[in-house]
Amino acid sequence: MRTLSYLSIGIFFGITLFKSEAASWFRIYEMFRFESFHMYGIIGTALCLGILSTQAIKRFEINSFYGEKIEFKPKTKSVKRYLYGGFLFGLGWALAGACPGPMFALLGAGFYSIAIVIAAALLGTFLYGVLKEKLPHS
Amino acid sequence: MNWIYEPWPWYIGGPFIALTLFLLLMVGKNFGMSSNLRTLCTLCGAGNTSEFFKFDWKAQRWNLVVALGVLIGGFIGAHFLSTDTAVAISSSTIENLNNLGFKSAGVGYLPEELFGSESFQNPKILLILVVGGVLVGFGARYAGGCTSGHAISGLSDLQLPSLLAVIGFFIGGLTMVHLLFPLIF
Repeated sequence: MRTLSYLSIGIFFGITLFKSEAASWFRIYEMFRFESFHMYGIIGTALCLGILSTQAIKRFEINSFYGEKIEFKPKTKSVKRYLYGGFLFGLGWALAGACPGPMFALLGAGFYSIAIVIAAALLGTFLYGVLKEKLPHS
Repeated sequence: MNWIYEPWPWYIGGPFIALTLFLLLMVGKNFGMSSNLRTLCTLCGAGNTSEFFKFDWKAQRWNLVVALGVLIGGFIGAHFLSTDTAVAISSSTIENLNNLGFKSAGVGYLPEELFGSESFQNPKILLILVVGGVLVGFGARYAGGCTSGHAISGLSDLQLPSLLAVIGFFIGGLTMVHLLFPLIF
């Protein structure tokens, strides 16, 4: 039952990513050139409504559909890992034109060459795991 | 209901992404797609090489199911809910891309020049896709999250680290598009 709910949410998210064109390389490129409001509108409204619902859940201590407490994990406090990691992610996001969610949606949509990007992203994740101790995180 | 078959405007896409976050929170889970890459590495046996991949992957099985759903959603969106998938980017972007050699700008969903059938044969294109993918995977784990984990769920929780990560995303993206693209293409 719960598995079905995760699958349904994923399907809803995948359709949204594809249909809103957030999964389009062109939209990401256009966004970084500041030539359209489209992506800013998507991220902006998602964020505003996200802040409202997240803060409402916290303030009114709303329980999950299953009656459990909803946990928010605070991110570890540091600066370097977020800026450096974010910078590298941004380079890749603009080059490949896809972040991890859209990658799966594009594969489903039938753009099979995105499999190269997904395999490379797995390789990148693996490289991070290998090099983790040598990288500045503070 | 004809709007469903048209490209969705931002004021539909944005709220639907917020709804995705809300629904995941309400089933007791956190929104973060790039964690799946780590789980997939563990499933491929990466735990033998690095401690980072030695974790209880079964606790992340729900997230793999979400990713599978996203894949199915992409299929449904492209095959059953679209008549024309051309992305109507702005005319100045089209002109700029045409100058860089992207003739599919304004015509396709993805640039044919990068994701067409030739991408498997042309070494330069292959390298671009691989470097892009490696940077996304490496950067997402280094930063502890991607667009969903930081820009949507982390910022919604008013987390300062997520703001730093998103600033990093943008500096990286702007660097790529404005400084590196003229050198690459």
